[in-house]
Amino acid sequence: MVFLALLDGTVTAFVLALIALGLSLVFGVMRIVNVAHGEFFMLGAVLSWFAYHWTGDALWGFILALLVAPVIVGVIAVLSERYILRKVHYNPESTIVATIGILYVIQQLTLMLFGPEARPVEAPIYFRVVFPWFGYSGYKLLVAAMSGLCLCGVWILMKRSKLGLYMRATQQDHEIATTFGVPTKKIYASVFALGGGLAALAGVLVVPIRQADHLMGLEPLLLSFIVVIIGGLGSLRGTIIAAFLIGISDGIISVFYEPTLAKMLATLFVVMILIIKPGGLFGESPQ
Amino acid sequence: MRRKSLKYALFMQGGVLLLLFLLQFFLPAYHHSSFSKIMILASYAIGYNFLLGYTGLMSLGHAMFFASGMYSAGLSIFYFGFTPLEGMIFGTLFTLTVSLIFGLFALRTKAVSFLIVTLMFGQTFYLAILYYNEFTYGQDGFSLTDYLGTLSILGKEYLYSDPAIRYNFALILLASYLLITTLIVLSPVGRILIAIRENEPRTQLLGYNVFSYKLFALTFSGTLAGISGAMHALLYSYIGTTFAEIHHSISPLLWTLLGGAGTIIGPLLGTGIMFYLIDFISGITSNYLLVVGVVLVLTIIWFPLGIMGTIRQKWLKWLP
Repeated sequence: MVFLALLDGTVTAFVLALIALGLSLVFGVMRIVNVAHGEFFMLGAVLSWFAYHWTGDALWGFILALLVAPVIVGVIAVLSERYILRKVHYNPESTIVATIGILYVIQQLTLMLFGPEARPVEAPIYFRVVFPWFGYSGYKLLVAAMSGLCLCGVWILMKRSKLGLYMRATQQDHEIATTFGVPTKKIYASVFALGGGLAALAGVLVVPIRQADHLMGLEPLLLSFIVVIIGGLGSLRGTIIAAFLIGISDGIISVFYEPTLAKMLATLFVVMILIIKPGGLFGESPQ
Repeated sequence: MRRKSLKYALFMQGGVLLLLFLLQFFLPAYHHSSFSKIMILASYAIGYNFLLGYTGLMSLGHAMFFASGMYSAGLSIFYFGFTPLEGMIFGTLFTLTVSLIFGLFALRTKAVSFLIVTLMFGQTFYLAILYYNEFTYGQDGFSLTDYLGTLSILGKEYLYSDPAIRYNFALILLASYLLITTLIVLSPVGRILIAIRENEPRTQLLGYNVFSYKLFALTFSGTLAGISGAMHALLYSYIGTTFAEIHHSISPLLWTLLGGAGTIIGPLLGTGIMFYLIDFISGITSNYLLVVGVVLVLTIIWFPLGIMGTIRQKWLKWLP
């Protein structure tokens, strides 16, 4: 029982890390909080359903969604960055209001096109990993593995590529970065697209485990907020560590108590962290 | 300037309130009830604006205070047999305590972290109401109709849900909120709060205890929201979780921004406009939240000062 909870929690943690990483990147580089982040996740899941429905095949639908959903969401992210966030000059509070607006628009448009009911998507592969005393869904392990791969990919992108270098430069001081010839506007757009794309990817991965519906964005949004706060706003390492802390403890608490209680406990946990360290566990600078 | 400002402001607000008072004799029943609702919700927004517009703290969890006033008043009447007045007082004190304790924790964080913390607390409060559903009746909520009794004015008995009672109680609530916030905003305390909004480190440097002023603003704003919630419980005899949901935290933000954050009358205007806009849209489509989203985005891009804020900037410099 505990082992199963631990396993489930680890899978949750991987997905959560992927979602929260996008949020954390956007915060770190652009200094804004994207409240519509959960809707990007939801869009990934919903697009995955459309891909599944359109191809009529679980595997091809999955592959199509995996390739297309992050791109579509990335484009939506770039457009909203260009025509909304840039217009309010990335002022922290204005962007929060604007992204709340984007949240409602995306959510309600999805409701109109997709309908209010939750729709299942079949998993692309189906096998059970048999442990000595119970079986476990192989797809969930695949989800964890693929999320882990994406996390490594982002890590390498940030540490080894030129784009990553530019991103880190912009994060440290975007004015100095601009004077050194870093195209910060393009970097902002790419970071916002990357963040959205990661959330969409997480949505595609998760949807065979849980169904797609237009309201599914709120819970991961709040969880990633918790993760990002505990990890320290803008710290990638902190985000990933906190995601595992929250994901696994959430998994274990949910087995023994109701999920609602687990969410309440997570919030109280955040409060305690904030009392001890207002900047989060790995905060670069107290905000 | 301040004295003049106060005089003009009270004059203008008096005019608006007098107009609202007189309107009740002419409005058709439908708009009569809409106006009552708008006035209750506007007083919630005025409380919200005290924090956002005059102290510069943006909260995404104000539904917690509204719901805390509503539930503590409602539950105490429901379970302990409190009279409506006792319920109101209990609701007020309870919300005061809740917002004070919340402020002690949440105000340790600043700017973006503060926003996220308010959002999470709001959501936790909502989950807590659902979790203790044996006590709070969870999603369904409960009705106070059989517990409120009647109100006797000049020897006549009235129900709390009587349209005239609703309208005038909402009007009294609105009037007292307008008066109290105007007086505080134009008092030395209000000036310090505005100084914190404009430049917090400098205010601290001048020797003011920024934390306790912010705590005051948050507690005051939260308590106002709670009283609105308690009043809503009495006048509509219904208590439910919709008032604790995240949408109900975002609504006052929208109303305030649209009407003009940091203007006294702005939230009333914003609430009225959004109420009628949503009312109108609901006749066409059930997805009125789409309109909420579009208005939010457009307001923040083109109208960051809101309606009254723009008017103040252009013409009426004295507007508080």
